[in-house]
Amino acid sequence: MTVDLQNEKSAKALPLLQLEHVSISPKKMPARLLVNDISFNIEAGKTTCVVGESGSGKSLTALSIMGLLSKQLQLNAGRVLFNDPEQGILDLTALDDERLRKLRGDKIAMIFQEPMTSLNPVLTVGYQIGESLTTHLGLKGAQLKNKIASLLEMVGIAPERANSYPDELSGGQRQRVMIAMSIACEPSLLIADEPTTALDVTVQAQILTLLDDLKTRMNMGMLFITHDFGVVADIADYVVVMFRGEIVESGPSAQVLANPQHPYTQALLSCVPDAEGKKELKPIDYAWLENNELQVLAAEAMNE
Amino acid sequence: MSEHILTARHLVKTYTQRSGRFGFGTTQVKALNDVSIDLRVGSTLAVVGESGSGKSTLARCLLQLQPLDSGEVLFLGRDLAKMHASELRDARKDLQMVFQDPFASLNPRMRVGEIVGEGLLIHGLGSAAEQQKNVMAMLKRVGLTEADMQKYPHEFSGGQRQRIGIARALVLHPKVVVCDEPVSALDVSIQAQILLLLKELQQEMALSYIFISHDLRVVRHIADDIVVMYHGEVVEQGKVADIYREPQHNYTRNLLAAIPGKKVANG
Repeated sequence: MTVDLQNEKSAKALPLLQLEHVSISPKKMPARLLVNDISFNIEAGKTTCVVGESGSGKSLTALSIMGLLSKQLQLNAGRVLFNDPEQGILDLTALDDERLRKLRGDKIAMIFQEPMTSLNPVLTVGYQIGESLTTHLGLKGAQLKNKIASLLEMVGIAPERANSYPDELSGGQRQRVMIAMSIACEPSLLIADEPTTALDVTVQAQILTLLDDLKTRMNMGMLFITHDFGVVADIADYVVVMFRGEIVESGPSAQVLANPQHPYTQALLSCVPDAEGKKELKPIDYAWLENNELQVLAAEAMNE
Repeated sequence: MSEHILTARHLVKTYTQRSGRFGFGTTQVKALNDVSIDLRVGSTLAVVGESGSGKSTLARCLLQLQPLDSGEVLFLGRDLAKMHASELRDARKDLQMVFQDPFASLNPRMRVGEIVGEGLLIHGLGSAAEQQKNVMAMLKRVGLTEADMQKYPHEFSGGQRQRIGIARALVLHPKVVVCDEPVSALDVSIQAQILLLLKELQQEMALSYIFISHDLRVVRHIADDIVVMYHGEVVEQGKVADIYREPQHNYTRNLLAAIPGKKVANG
C-alpha cells in the first residue's frame, strides 16, 4: 500500500526508513508491551546501531521491520515507512505477504547472528547465494555464475569456494557468505542482528570493516543490532539505546557515547571495561535507576 | 619458587581428528604444544587467544580433568599426575573451576543447595548442619538468598546462575580457581557485576585465578599477568600492563588492534 501523504519529490528528501510509534505485544496479552512506542529513522548510507541488554526489544524491533515477528506476537500500533526508490513510500506493516516477500532479500536484507545455523548444510554456498539472484532478478546460467563469483570476491572469498559446503568454511567465512547473500540484490536497507557476536575478535574486526565498506560503496542504510558499545563506537553514525522495550536515548553516536544524557545510558556505559584498564567498573543499580526514572517522569509531568 | 602456586612445564596434548572423505584418514592436532605457565600466589593470570587456540584444553589439563601426553603440572611444588588417587582428591578441593555456560554446567535436577553443597559432601567437610550453614553463607556472599537453596537452576537468570557456579566452586575454600570464560555468555551489565564479585572474593579468600577469556577489555580489567596462545603455543607472556603497552609478537598486536571501540577508549 503506497502512502500518498508524500508526493514523489518530497520522498527523495525523506529518510530511508521511519519507525513511527511502534509497539509490540504478545497476542494473548495486548497490555504487556515488549516494545513500547518507539520511533527512529534510518538514513541511506548511514549506520544506525540499536544497543541494549538482552530482553530490551532490539531484535523484536528488527524483526518487525522485516514482518518476521513470531505468530504469538502482534504489532499493536505504529507504522514502518520504507522509502522505496521505485515504489515511493511504503508502509511495511500494511503490505500483504506477497509484496513483503518481494521486498525481502531484494530491497531489504538481513544478516543473522549465527552463521553456523543460518546456512543450509546440504547446499553449496554458491547455490545459496544464487537463490535470491534467481528469485528476484531472474539471473541464469553464465550470468548467474559470474555474479556469484563477483559477490564472493567482494566479501573477500576466493570465487572457487562457490562449490564448497558450509562445513568446509570457517565461522568468519560463513559470515562473509551470509553477507554476500544479503547484498546480492543490492538492497537499500541492510539489517544486521548481532552479526559478529559469535566470532573471534580479530575476525569481528574484519567483518565490521567489510560491512562499513559495503555500506559506503552501495549507499546502503544499515540497522545494526549489538550489545557491545565498542562495536557501536567503531561503526555507528547514529545510536538508539533501548531499555525494557523503550528508547531511553538516541542521537549521533559520537555525542551519545561521549556525553550520555539518560541515567541508563550512563550506567550501561560504566559497565563496559576499557582497553586501558583505567576505568572503574560500576554495575547498574536498577533500583536506583527506577527511582531516578520516576523522578524524571515526575519532573516532565510538572513541566507539562 | 614458593611465590608460584601453580606451575605448568612443557605441556603437550595432541588430539586425533578424523579427516578426509568419510573420515577414513586421521590428522594430529596439537592442542597444546610445549606450554609452560606460572601462576603467582594471589594473582590473576589471563589466558587469551582465539577459538581453537587451546585455551580450554589448557584449563582442563591443569586440573587433571584430561590426561596430558607429556609435561607436568606442579601444585605447591608437587606433580599432580604423580599423586595417589586420595592425594589428588584432596588437591582437587584446592583446585576449582567456574565454567562458561551457566545454563549447561548446573544439574537441572538438583536444588541449588545440593549443587553448592555437593563438594562439601564428597570431601566430608563438617557435619550436615555445618555444611548447610556453609552453603547458606556462601550463597549469601555471592548475592543470593537463603530461600534460593530450595530452588532449581532453571528458576534463575544467567547472571544468578553464574553466581551459583561461583558459590559451588568457592564453598570449598580453594586456593586456585580456573575461570573458563565466566562472563562471555552474560550481558555487559551483568558482566560488570560478576567481575567485581570475582575481584572482591579474590581479596577476601586469598584466591589465585586462571582467567580464560577472548575479551581483551575484560582481561585488561581483571588480570595481572597474561599468556597469549595461538595454535596451541604460547606466543607471548608477561605483565598485562607491559604487553598491552608494548606487544612483541605480531599475533598479540593483531589481537590488541582488533579490540572494538578504540574511539571510546581514546576519546
